Amino acid sequence: MSHPKREPLPIRALRSVGELALFFVRVLAHCVPALARPRLIVHQIYNAGARSLSIVMLSGLFVGMVLGLQGFDLLQRFGSEDALGIAAALSLLKELGPVVTALLFAGRAGTALTSEIGLMRATDQITAMQMMAVDAMRYVVVPRFLGGVVAMPLLVAMFNIVGLFGAQLVGVQLLGVDTGAFWSQMQGSVELNDVWEGIVKSGVFGLACSLIAVHSGYTAEPTAEGVGLATTRTVVASSVLVLLLDYVLTAFFL
Amino acid sequence: MSNSNATDLIVDVRGVEYSIDSRLILSGLDLSVRRGRITAIMGPSGSGKTTLLKLITAQVAPGRGQISVFGADLATLNRAQVFAMRKRMGMLFQHGALLTDLDAFENVAFPLREHTDLTEPLIRALVIAKLNAVGLRGAAELMPAELSGGMARRVALARAIAMDPELLIYDEPFVGLDPISRGVILRLIRQMNDGLGVTSIVVSHDVHDLAQIADDGYLLAGGKVVGRGTPQELLASDSAEVRQFMQGSADGPVQFHYPAPDLWAQLSADER
Repeated sequence: MSHPKREPLPIRALRSVGELALFFVRVLAHCVPALARPRLIVHQIYNAGARSLSIVMLSGLFVGMVLGLQGFDLLQRFGSEDALGIAAALSLLKELGPVVTALLFAGRAGTALTSEIGLMRATDQITAMQMMAVDAMRYVVVPRFLGGVVAMPLLVAMFNIVGLFGAQLVGVQLLGVDTGAFWSQMQGSVELNDVWEGIVKSGVFGLACSLIAVHSGYTAEPTAEGVGLATTRTVVASSVLVLLLDYVLTAFFL
Repeated sequence: MSNSNATDLIVDVRGVEYSIDSRLILSGLDLSVRRGRITAIMGPSGSGKTTLLKLITAQVAPGRGQISVFGADLATLNRAQVFAMRKRMGMLFQHGALLTDLDAFENVAFPLREHTDLTEPLIRALVIAKLNAVGLRGAAELMPAELSGGMARRVALARAIAMDPELLIYDEPFVGLDPISRGVILRLIRQMNDGLGVTSIVVSHDVHDLAQIADDGYLLAGGKVVGRGTPQELLASDSAEVRQFMQGSADGPVQFHYPAPDLWAQLSADER
């Protein structure tokens, strides 16, 4: 995967996008055969999902609490504190839940995926599999990719639930917003389309972050420096792509 | 090594050339490996030994020349056929390359689980037998991180013979091993070859270790074969390149210094 160093940046960027697209096609082609080993995928859902759960829930709680504070401060100026439930729910479901979870996922699970696959390459484990006539794409890459894709929406759901609890904790318990108004306005105003927007975003972000993570690991230079660079690339590329895709999807849903 | 029957050849390399970017790694390489024998491929670091293994195992393709393995020209094989060919091979990597998330037992069981429909009791019996052959039946439940370098390589050897291959390839099997582990690996290579009737290719630069077990030997330098014959013939060779390597001389046809401008000229230029 080494490219001539004097190649102009736009050409290199275009090449990287092309490589990623071809890699995605290869991953998709291996998805059906990989489903024959559900245990591998379940193990990766646990790795990417369950092991990220504590950090996602903790972050969700704090984000929800901040939403409670900021939302209350803003709505109070218009005498609409009772709408805090709607504000918190829509912010979490449509934006903060998917985006913040995706950024956390890139930092926690994405880097773990990249470094694990990169180290497997650096220590000849992937070559050893290929020499045993085992397709590393099917055994290593695709289960991790599918694990990430499945785990992300579940993590977003947990983030949203804990975030709403945090907003309620601050808004209702600390600042005195009416409990009934908080929940009933939320129930009355949040539409199915809002939920769908969050689900679609979390699916797309899960796919993007997982793809970048496994691609960076699989194409990492088999050295300590190469694995380090690949891990950094995963965080940077995933974060930028998540924010870009967020804009595109938001524009699409509006 | 010259009057061998064509059907007796497990690996036949003819006129192979291979380069990375513009750097020539192998040029005009001819080499053959005969059935049932241990063939040593020796040479200094950077002489193209590991690249040759990658070519033989179809991990990379040559720029020019022909490589036949088990009688099939590698250039004509598709991906499925390459994988079918690899099932007839076992490879021991420099540091074992055990799968770090599986214990020793599961590492050896890995190819059996992937490629066969054997029942669990049968897999268990086979794995125990393979681990016993390398003397590590008692270490079946240890994780790779709990194994010493020598033990990891023995587990990797058990994994390499799990599918009863016809060809065993060893890539620098002695690197970093203490004398006892080295002796164990040497004995195992000979035992595997004689006991299982396999053909072996051993890539290493440990001349004296290889001389104990190899039937045939090739010496590579600068991407070419500079010496061939039995280890004894190579040790007695008149060729300056072969003699330098076999005797471990610092200077000779392979120079101590990497090509560089004149030292004084460089120092003067740096001062200016």
